[in-house]
Amino acid sequence: MLSRVAENLYWLGRYMERAENTGRIVNVNGNLLLDLPKGIAPGWQPLIEITGSEESYRQTYSDFEERNVVRFLVGDNQNPGSIISSLSMARENARTIRDVIPRESWELINELYLYARDNLQSGLSKRGRYGYLKRIMRASQTFVGLSSGAMSADAGYEFLCLGRILERADMTTRIIDVRSASLIPSETSGLLPFENIQWISVLKSLTAYQMYRQHVQARVRRADALRFLMLDNDFPRSVYGCVALVDESLKELPTSEAPRSAVARLEKVIKSGDIAKMAESNSALHGFIDQLQVELGQIHSEIVRTYFHMEESAKPRTQSQAAATA
Amino acid sequence: MTIRWRDYKVEGIYDEVMKAAGRPRDHARLLTRYLAALDEDELFSIQAAAELSIKEMGITFTVYSQTEGSIDRAWPLDVIPRVMAADEWRRIESGLKQRVHALNCFINDIYHHQKIIKDGKFPREVLAKSVNFRKECVGVDPPQGVWAHICGSDLVRDSDGTVYVLEDNLRVPSGVSYMLENRQVVKRVFPELFENGGILPVDDYPSQLFDCLAALSPRRSGVPEVVVLTPGIYNSAYFEHSYIAQQMGCELVEGGDLHVSEDNVVYMRTIEGLSRVDVIYRRIDDLFLDPEAFRKDSMLGVPGLMRAWKAGNVALANAPGAGVADDKVVYAYVPDIIRYYLDEDPILPNVPTYLCTEKESRDHVLKNLAKMVVKPANESGGYGMLVGPVSTKKERDAMARRIKNDPRNFIAQPVITLSTVPSIVGKHVEPRHVDLRPFILSSDQMYVTTGGLTRVAMRKGSLVVNSSQGGGSKDTWIIEGGGV
Repeated sequence: MLSRVAENLYWLGRYMERAENTGRIVNVNGNLLLDLPKGIAPGWQPLIEITGSEESYRQTYSDFEERNVVRFLVGDNQNPGSIISSLSMARENARTIRDVIPRESWELINELYLYARDNLQSGLSKRGRYGYLKRIMRASQTFVGLSSGAMSADAGYEFLCLGRILERADMTTRIIDVRSASLIPSETSGLLPFENIQWISVLKSLTAYQMYRQHVQARVRRADALRFLMLDNDFPRSVYGCVALVDESLKELPTSEAPRSAVARLEKVIKSGDIAKMAESNSALHGFIDQLQVELGQIHSEIVRTYFHMEESAKPRTQSQAAATA
Repeated sequence: MTIRWRDYKVEGIYDEVMKAAGRPRDHARLLTRYLAALDEDELFSIQAAAELSIKEMGITFTVYSQTEGSIDRAWPLDVIPRVMAADEWRRIESGLKQRVHALNCFINDIYHHQKIIKDGKFPREVLAKSVNFRKECVGVDPPQGVWAHICGSDLVRDSDGTVYVLEDNLRVPSGVSYMLENRQVVKRVFPELFENGGILPVDDYPSQLFDCLAALSPRRSGVPEVVVLTPGIYNSAYFEHSYIAQQMGCELVEGGDLHVSEDNVVYMRTIEGLSRVDVIYRRIDDLFLDPEAFRKDSMLGVPGLMRAWKAGNVALANAPGAGVADDKVVYAYVPDIIRYYLDEDPILPNVPTYLCTEKESRDHVLKNLAKMVVKPANESGGYGMLVGPVSTKKERDAMARRIKNDPRNFIAQPVITLSTVPSIVGKHVEPRHVDLRPFILSSDQMYVTTGGLTRVAMRKGSLVVNSSQGGGSKDTWIIEGGGV
């Protein structure tokens, strides 16, 4: 498999997952705000923090009004992390490797991009937003299903998975980080019902609520939710669950020693985390998540070094790759 | 509507479907009957369904505009097919094989002994001024002595029914993917006609192409590694490059994916390291192919590729320099070239062509500009052309000056009133002019596509069919037996 193609598949996986995750945090936040009293509601700013795009946001917008934040995250071409940009990049990547992915996958991505572009106005309206985002999230999941159902489980498939899972792990850590920071401390007992709601919304942002109820069977508490989202063996969006999936993909690829040892390092960090302490202290949690992010970055770099930009390919690469790293 | 064939006007033109108002050609009977039975909405919704599948299948071509940059446009397809009887097609097919065979003999001779020039059948001056002659290729022996492995020749039919070859594209002809995709789409919308219409299939092109390319491999053992080399997604034919690679099950590579080693072997960069390449179907023009040999500023090519090719370690299709025969002045000599190398009479005629280098014909051209089509010798895509009957005085004067300044660079031909095919215009059916581009493969064997890509000028009366100039396309049905 060509290095360039592998890299395109990896980014295709990332962009599709990013569109889905962004859609979900917008929907869940909208829902949460309807349930919280105005005084303690965190508003829309946390979403900008989750996506790490405060600086570019402030270049265009001066406040964190719902309308602006949603426009920025969903339909702003200038924001490289917006849904519309992610889908457009996914489409460019898919177009470049159209000969490699199943034809249905290309058609799905192409249709999805055209849908997202042509129906953007309705997607930005309060009433149309839910349906618009739901369709995008569902198409992203259909894409995953198509890939596993119609692509040979070869190297290309593994790169697609790697991109998807690393993007997912990254998003999970960001959501936990930002959400916990903006949540009210657990001891403010009068507000307990609202803390409950907020942790439920965190779980929902990660489609984890249902699974949490089934597997933890306790009421939603900070420590339990954190443990579930960080450490659960079986939930595919927990950080640990993602790490396991990444390792499985790497096992199938040639010369994967260096990226796999980066994965092993991340695994060690996760297991060393003191959840009880993190449940009480936001700064402990934040420090821990910083560590996770660094290790996730290491895995990404090792994959790039091992498969995409090997030593002998010192030549400048093509526009598709420049676009991919945007 | 419904379509009333009695009102379909074909005076003064040759229509591929209707002999005269109300009288279909024999091989078009089933088609015309079927179409006439549709009501207005049905025909309209068939066309809409086809356009929707094209959009969803992502069949596109790219155009450049100064204001919007590069834009992906949905491929324009008119669902009413162009039809031709198989008997007529077989004669055209053998004419094309004859022609391309002779052209390959010519190219090989030009890069070796130049016997045709020594024998006085081809003027040395024409070669001396050819922009597609590559001195770097002199003395090279590509496998089987074949240089133009993939040729796209444009055919036109005049109002008297004669089919002419209008030009031969020997550099990087495109369009074959649209021929294949048009068939996929039209099969979806006219399944009944395909069930019993005697329409010959076109789908085996990709496997024929693969065999053609694989036969060029310099390594005798193992399965040859064949790749398609593209300039990248911003090229107008990128869709096709990707499509062909996919259909052949080959890697689609860009210049940066390839690497030529010190011992002149070509490799591609893979996740497992370097892997050897045997045959490159290159869709990059000669001058961008290798910055070591040609344009130093090419970012698209592969440094050292020419070294590897000359050393015989990799096959390039088409071979560099094959374009020497793809020149509108050389075109005028093709009938002589066929006679010279094959000692046969040409099966397919050339359009009568005036070379502006000869004083007598130059004067004739200058005097009759309003009645002629003037073409630059080395442009493609319909750029820089003058179509006399629809030109302004100003355009003609400008062209006259250009011809006088550089006569070698221009040829002129009488206007051919291209044949027409019924086409959907709004909610009506009207005749629109068409040409036909079949593709001819040559390596150890020769193969011609069944029919080819029919291009159609969608503007009323227009004779310009290029998709870059607003042309559309049609599926092409070669019909066996009494047929459709």
